Amino acid sequence: MPDHRITFPASEEQIRELRVGDSVTVDGHIVGIRDRTQIRIFDQGVEPPLDLSGAFLLHTAPGVRKVSEGKYEKVCIGTTTSARMVRFTEPLGRDHGVRAICGKGGLPDEAIEPMRRYGMVYFAIVGGAAALETTQIEEIEEVYWEELMPECLWKFRVKDFGPLTVAIDSHGSSLYHDVQAQAQKRLEDIYANL
Amino acid sequence: MAVATDLQKVVEDAAAHLYVWALKDIPQDLRDALADAAETETSVPGQRVLQTILKNVNVAEEERNLVCQDTGIAVYYCRVGEHFPLHPARIYEALYDGTERATIEHPLRSNTVHTLTRENTGQNVGYRVPIVHWDFVPDWDGLDVKCVPKGSGSENMSFLKMCTPADGVAGIKKFVLESIVGAGGKPCPPGIVGVGIGGSADYAMHLAKEAIARPVGTRNPDPLVAQLEDELKDLLNQTGIGPMGLGGDVTVLQCHIEHADTHMTLNPVAVNYQCWAARRATAHIGAGGDVDYDREA
Repeated sequence: MPDHRITFPASEEQIRELRVGDSVTVDGHIVGIRDRTQIRIFDQGVEPPLDLSGAFLLHTAPGVRKVSEGKYEKVCIGTTTSARMVRFTEPLGRDHGVRAICGKGGLPDEAIEPMRRYGMVYFAIVGGAAALETTQIEEIEEVYWEELMPECLWKFRVKDFGPLTVAIDSHGSSLYHDVQAQAQKRLEDIYANL
Repeated sequence: MAVATDLQKVVEDAAAHLYVWALKDIPQDLRDALADAAETETSVPGQRVLQTILKNVNVAEEERNLVCQDTGIAVYYCRVGEHFPLHPARIYEALYDGTERATIEHPLRSNTVHTLTRENTGQNVGYRVPIVHWDFVPDWDGLDVKCVPKGSGSENMSFLKMCTPADGVAGIKKFVLESIVGAGGKPCPPGIVGVGIGGSADYAMHLAKEAIARPVGTRNPDPLVAQLEDELKDLLNQTGIGPMGLGGDVTVLQCHIEHADTHMTLNPVAVNYQCWAARRATAHIGAGGDVDYDREA
């Protein structure tokens, strides 16, 4: 299982090199996004105020401290459960050219096909490990849609962000699918002996 | 040991301290359980997760930051002595004010919203929030307050089934297993599986929540229940869900069960998950306003 280092925004070619189980460390710029941000983009049809092509999206609603108008500093930034937002996977890839979605707990199987088709990956981060994650975020560079606080659109500059695990790749594999299939088999054996 | 005459203010200060402290400094029993998990785990992604968790706990300490960004919904367990000289109505006010103050002063992310409008209701307080559970103790003049900030990732993985008496103990085991396998990586495993059995539907879930708030690895005093805790822990760790659901040997750190007697036709089973960042902190408050903080209770 190789270790990769990628700077975002990234190309489709870089994403296609990744396979489930690989470890990835990220530098560059990432975009914080959550339920209400995506409801605004896709259900209310509002164009996002920044270019998402090649982007790395992080499922987050950070804890921040306001320092001046439109400027925030980090307090504690961590990652939320991704599964609630699975239905946005396809339009994020098809209409916006997003390359990576990062969150915790995984995406259901309906994310596998859009990720294969549009050249995207899902990165698993360690949920709850926010103290460490906060040290890997160098700065909150921009915040858009402040009225959705804390579910705004955030632009972070990161260094040594990770380690992340490739949990769904762009070749049709999902660790979550495989782990569930194996667990269901094991449950059959366990039930037989109860 | 601070001695104050204004007991309501003492309880408020304690609540404000407990909420932040619980979010930053996880108990030793939990640290030990996480270290044991890292010793045991053989999968590569699972090991990567556990090493990151251990590192994160240390970074939280060094940076004096929160272990997890989800400041949760504030839940308090109060044990009120018969002779404690502050009425529970005032204790509730103090817990409410302390939660609100801690949220503003730190500052902490506020999570509390109106359930229908989804509008934020304030500083981690609102209608019936914080959530407070009460126990009353005869022949005592003290107050114990345990703060358990409960994150939503794990709370969303709560399940209730009204099994039948004919489903028996096997039915209880099956339901717990299918709940935890179905939850997969979403509740941030490996954590504490709280199980409530018996009572009524609502009481079973109350007991499951009480179970996750126990010190990690304690056993139910009833040997039959304690045996079920051990069995379920082993079975859950045979499922292979692993750390953060990425596959591995350690799916749960512990299974804690609380029980109540029930109706002859009932067999309720409730599951309440607590993530690996199983935060809790306690204050023992005397009638004279002296406060002892206790991370391990």
